[in-house]
Amino acid sequence: MLDFEKDLSVLDQRIDELKQLSEQGEADFSAEIENLAAKQRQIAKRVYADLTPWQTVQVARHPQRPVLRDWIGLLFSDFIELHGDRCFGDDAAIIGGFATLENRRLMLIGHQKGKNVDENMERNFGMARPEGYRKALRLMKLAEKFSLPVVCFIDTPGAYPGMDAEARGQAEAIANNILEMSTLKTPILVLVTGEGGSGGALGIGVGDTILMMQHAIYSVISPEGCASILWRDGNRASDAAAALKLTAASLMELRLVDEIVPEPPGGAHRNDEATAASIRTVLLEHLKRLTRIPVSKLITRRFDKYAKIGQPL
Amino acid sequence: MGWFSKKKKASPDPTKSKDVFVQCSRCHAHIFLEEWKEQVKVCPRCNFHDRLSARERLDLLIDAGSFHELGKDIRPGDPLLFADARGSYAEKAEAARAKTGMNEAVLAGHGRLNKLHTAIAIMDFRFLGGSLGGSTGEKILMTTEYAAGHKLPCIIVSASGGARMHEGMVSLMQMAKTCAGVARLRQRNLPLISVMTDPTTGGVSASYAMVGDFHLAEPGALIGFAGRRVIEQTIKQKLPDDFQTAEYLQEHGFIDCIVQRTELKSLLHSLLVYCGCS
Repeated sequence: MLDFEKDLSVLDQRIDELKQLSEQGEADFSAEIENLAAKQRQIAKRVYADLTPWQTVQVARHPQRPVLRDWIGLLFSDFIELHGDRCFGDDAAIIGGFATLENRRLMLIGHQKGKNVDENMERNFGMARPEGYRKALRLMKLAEKFSLPVVCFIDTPGAYPGMDAEARGQAEAIANNILEMSTLKTPILVLVTGEGGSGGALGIGVGDTILMMQHAIYSVISPEGCASILWRDGNRASDAAAALKLTAASLMELRLVDEIVPEPPGGAHRNDEATAASIRTVLLEHLKRLTRIPVSKLITRRFDKYAKIGQPL
Repeated sequence: MGWFSKKKKASPDPTKSKDVFVQCSRCHAHIFLEEWKEQVKVCPRCNFHDRLSARERLDLLIDAGSFHELGKDIRPGDPLLFADARGSYAEKAEAARAKTGMNEAVLAGHGRLNKLHTAIAIMDFRFLGGSLGGSTGEKILMTTEYAAGHKLPCIIVSASGGARMHEGMVSLMQMAKTCAGVARLRQRNLPLISVMTDPTTGGVSASYAMVGDFHLAEPGALIGFAGRRVIEQTIKQKLPDDFQTAEYLQEHGFIDCIVQRTELKSLLHSLLVYCGCS
C-alpha cells in the first residue's frame, strides 16, 4: 500500500465490511455505504489531484495497476497473439498480435508486466530482451504490409540489463526498431500506460502520436538511477523524480506528449473500466484521424515531429 | 574490474624529465612523447588506445584544411532547468565548454578524406561524457541531413556514456531524432560508417552508433547498452573481463572490423571507394 493511499484503503476496507454484512442480511447498510463511497471519491479526488512526481512514479508502478493483458480484455476483441522473433525465441516481456478496437483492426504491441511474483518472473517484470524488440519489429512490418495501424502500449522499467541481452545485441535491437519505426509506412499510435523506462520504452515507442495516461511516467533514467549518479544517494529518488520532469503533465508542457488520457479519481487501479472507457475514446479518435492522412505525408510529419525536439532556440 | 572500465589519460611521468615521456595508463610503460604522438596516443607496448579529442580525431581523418564545420555555435539548451545536489546543468555545461573549447559534445561538418568528400560527426568524451543532449542530437542530424542533401557518405565517430539525463526526455528523444536522420541516408543509398571508440554505451549505442552500414571499432573499446555495474547488480554475478569490449561485440556479430587507429583513415577510404564514392 502506498502511504498517501492509507485513508483510501481504510475506507475501502470499511465499505467491504459493510457490503459483506448487508449480503449476510444483518441489516441494510446501503445508505452508509453510499455515504462512505462519496467520502472516498472526495478523498481520492483530493489526493490524486495533487500527487508529487515521486508519488506519480509509485502510482505508475502500482502492483494493482492494470497491465497489458488487462487492457486487452477490457478494450479489444478478437486478439490473436503472434509469437516469436523468427530468429532466437519468444520474449514474454513484449507481446503482440492482431486486435480489434470497436470495428477497427490493428496491430497491438506492448510490454507485459506481471501482477504477482510468478507472473513477474514469467514476464521478466516487463523488461524485454533483444528478441522482444525484434518480435515487435516483425509484427510492425506485418502491419505495414497489410495496411493496419500499429498501437503500442508502453509499460516497462527499462530494457533488460542482463548479460544474455547484451550478448544478443540489446543496443542494436533497440536502435534498429527506432530507425525502422521512423519510416514505417503505416500509422503508429503510442500510449504510455504505466512506466516509460528509457530506451526500453522507446524501442517500441516512436510514433505519429504519443499519448500518456494521467498517472503514467516517462523518463530517460529511473529516478533511483538518476539519484544515485547525480545526487550520489539512491534515497534522493524523489528529488530526482521532480528534476527529471517525468510526469504526463510536465511532458505535455515540454511538448513531448500529444495528449493525456484522464484516469478516474484514485487512479486506473481503482476503476479499470472507467479508465478503459477513456482510453477507448482517445484511441479511436486518434486512429480515425491518423488513418485519414496519406502515408507519405504521415512519414514526413513523423520526421518533422522528431527533428523539432531539442532544436536550439 | 577490467582495465577498460577505468581508463585514465596516459599522464606525463613525474619521475622522468618533464614532457619527454608519457606513461601508458594500462601497462605503465614509459613512452617517448614523440612516439606517443606518432602513434596517435596508442601504446606501442600494449596497444592501449587512449581517448582522442574530437579535434585530434579530425586531424587524423580529414585532409588538412578541407574541413567545414556545421553548427559551430550550437550550445546545449536547458529544457528542464535542471539542477542536482552539486549544482545546475547550466554551470556544468559552461564548465565543459571552458575545459574543452567546444560548444557541444560533437564536432560536425564535412571535408575530404584522402580527397573523398564526406560528411562527418565526431564525438568528444571530455564534454559531459559525450552525452547525447538536444543540441548534440541536433548536430548529428545536421550531419546526416547534409550528407542526404549533398549525396555524400556519412561517418560518425562515437564516444559517449549515453543519454544526457540533465535534459530528461528531450535527451531520450534524440535517439529517435538521429535515427530518423539515418533512415534518410538509407532511403538514398548513402553509406553510413559508424566508428565506435571508447566508450560507446547507453543511448548512443542504442541509436545511431548501431545502425550503420558498417560498424568499425577501436581495439579494446567499451561498447554496450547497460552499464557493467547495473548488470552485475541485476544478475548478481561478476562479468568476464572482456565483456562489452569491441572484441566481444565482434565475436557476437555486431562489429564488422576492429581497426588500429593508425589504419583507420585508409580503411574508411577503402570502404567509401567500395561504396562507389568519388
